[in-house]
Amino acid sequence: MPAFQYLRPASLTEAIGAFRGDAAYLAGGHTLIPAMKTGLRAVERLIDLSAIPDLSGIERRGDRMVVGAMVRHAAVAHSPLVQATIPGLARLAAGIGDPQVRRRGTLGGSLANNDPAADYPAAALALDATIETDRGTHLADDFFQGMFATALAEGELIRAVAFRIPQAFAYAKFRHPASRYALAGVAVARFGEGPRVAVTGVAAGVFRWTEAERAIAAGALASLGPLERDDLIGDLHASAEYRAHLARVMLERALEELVR
Amino acid sequence: MRIRVNGETFDAAVHPGTLLVDWLRDGLGLTGTHVGCTTSQCGACHVMVDGEVVKSCTILVGQCDGADVTTIEGLGTPEALHPMQEAFRTAHGLQCGFCTPGMVMAGIAIARTHGAHVSDETIRHELEGNLCRCTGYQNIVAAIRLGARAMAEAGLIPAAENA
Ligand SMILES: Cc1cc2nc3c(=O)[nH]c(=O)nc-3n(C[C@H](O)[C@H](O)[C@H](O)COP(=O)(O)OP(=O)(O)OC[C@H]3O[C@@H](n4cnc5c(N)ncnc54)[C@H](O)[C@@H]3O)c2cc1C
Ligand code: FES
Ligand code: FES
Repeated sequence: MPAFQYLRPASLTEAIGAFRGDAAYLAGGHTLIPAMKTGLRAVERLIDLSAIPDLSGIERRGDRMVVGAMVRHAAVAHSPLVQATIPGLARLAAGIGDPQVRRRGTLGGSLANNDPAADYPAAALALDATIETDRGTHLADDFFQGMFATALAEGELIRAVAFRIPQAFAYAKFRHPASRYALAGVAVARFGEGPRVAVTGVAAGVFRWTEAERAIAAGALASLGPLERDDLIGDLHASAEYRAHLARVMLERALEELVR
Repeated sequence: MRIRVNGETFDAAVHPGTLLVDWLRDGLGLTGTHVGCTTSQCGACHVMVDGEVVKSCTILVGQCDGADVTTIEGLGTPEALHPMQEAFRTAHGLQCGFCTPGMVMAGIAIARTHGAHVSDETIRHELEGNLCRCTGYQNIVAAIRLGARAMAEAGLIPAAENA
């Protein structure tokens, strides 16, 4: 890796103040470090967030489950609070990568990175989450902006993610057998005003499948046509048609889990 | 940066942005930790950092400041192998041996988390971050099953039934 400066500030203010030039925050490092190793990403200053106390913790605040940006996937998977409140979210976290990835990777890193095949973005979008940063709050509906793109400004730091607690939530993913990322992943959340359906892995970025939401709300899933978008991904792992088909199958699996 | 490795404390006089595996292998000569990929997928580089198994190719030395690191060299001696190492020998849990240090580390973590009577299904599930090109995994699973029981007999984990 080319030389870079490594900092491990002890407070949020220090971390934000240290962000200048070609800088990047380091969370679990399980996307950033591999990207730096292969030269996909060059960084001059790496600002490690792990010594900042206020970025971890999981708590319930009213109708929201608030999870700190530095909370690791394994901690969400094993959290009794998450298991009791949004069990499908704990299961989603337990299905990310492998045990070692789950011990290091964080929620904030996953959302900031917004990999088109990542799992958490689908949960955040279906669960109508708000993303709390050092500068304000983003709605999930506005936060995810296509492949690896988010509403975060340069140097903006995610502090926590507040998932809205639904009546029910389920996530079904068809894993790529080698990478474990989603070839298609569908998250369904049921709220009083209706369902929210988010899809990952099949298009340039996570998106809400509004036709599916309407069909579920109307109790007319059979009438739902095939998923059609102009940014479907087709690659050597799966064609665009196959991914669209998988999305439909994952939707049905998620709905089955929802009623269980 | 002060880092304990296999019980010995080092002042790591390297750049904090160095990959832990590079420091272990090139700086300390602990070449038992292997590098099988560049993509954080194979697990040949697994070591323990504060008791947790992590990929040493995907963690920086700076992130380990103050930590306690255990590599395969720190588990046992050739005369007195760690029960998990012994189990890999007994059950023929290796062929070329390249993946073995990482497998042994994962095996110990599995035994500690799931106990002496861990099921084969759990072992396979927990090995998702370890790749082996030789064995077909059958004997690795058998070795970890055996090693978990041996760790209980040696008093390293509780002997009681554990989910
Ligand atoms: C082998 C392997 C398998 C994987 N499988 C899956 C999978 O199945 N599903 C899945 O979803 N993911 C998977 N991942 C990715 C994994 O979940 C990553 O850990 C995660 O995407 C990024 O989190 P991180 O904490 O490691 O972030 P880092 O790698 O530290 O950072 C990622 C990016 O986010 C930025 N960032 C980090 N934290 C913040 C913050 N608080 N505020 C603003 N910006 C921030 C960083 O600057 C960087 O650009 C896998 C990774 C590996 C190596
Ligand atoms: S060398 Fe670390 S995971 Fe392959
Ligand atoms: S024994 Fe050769 S890679 Fe596993």
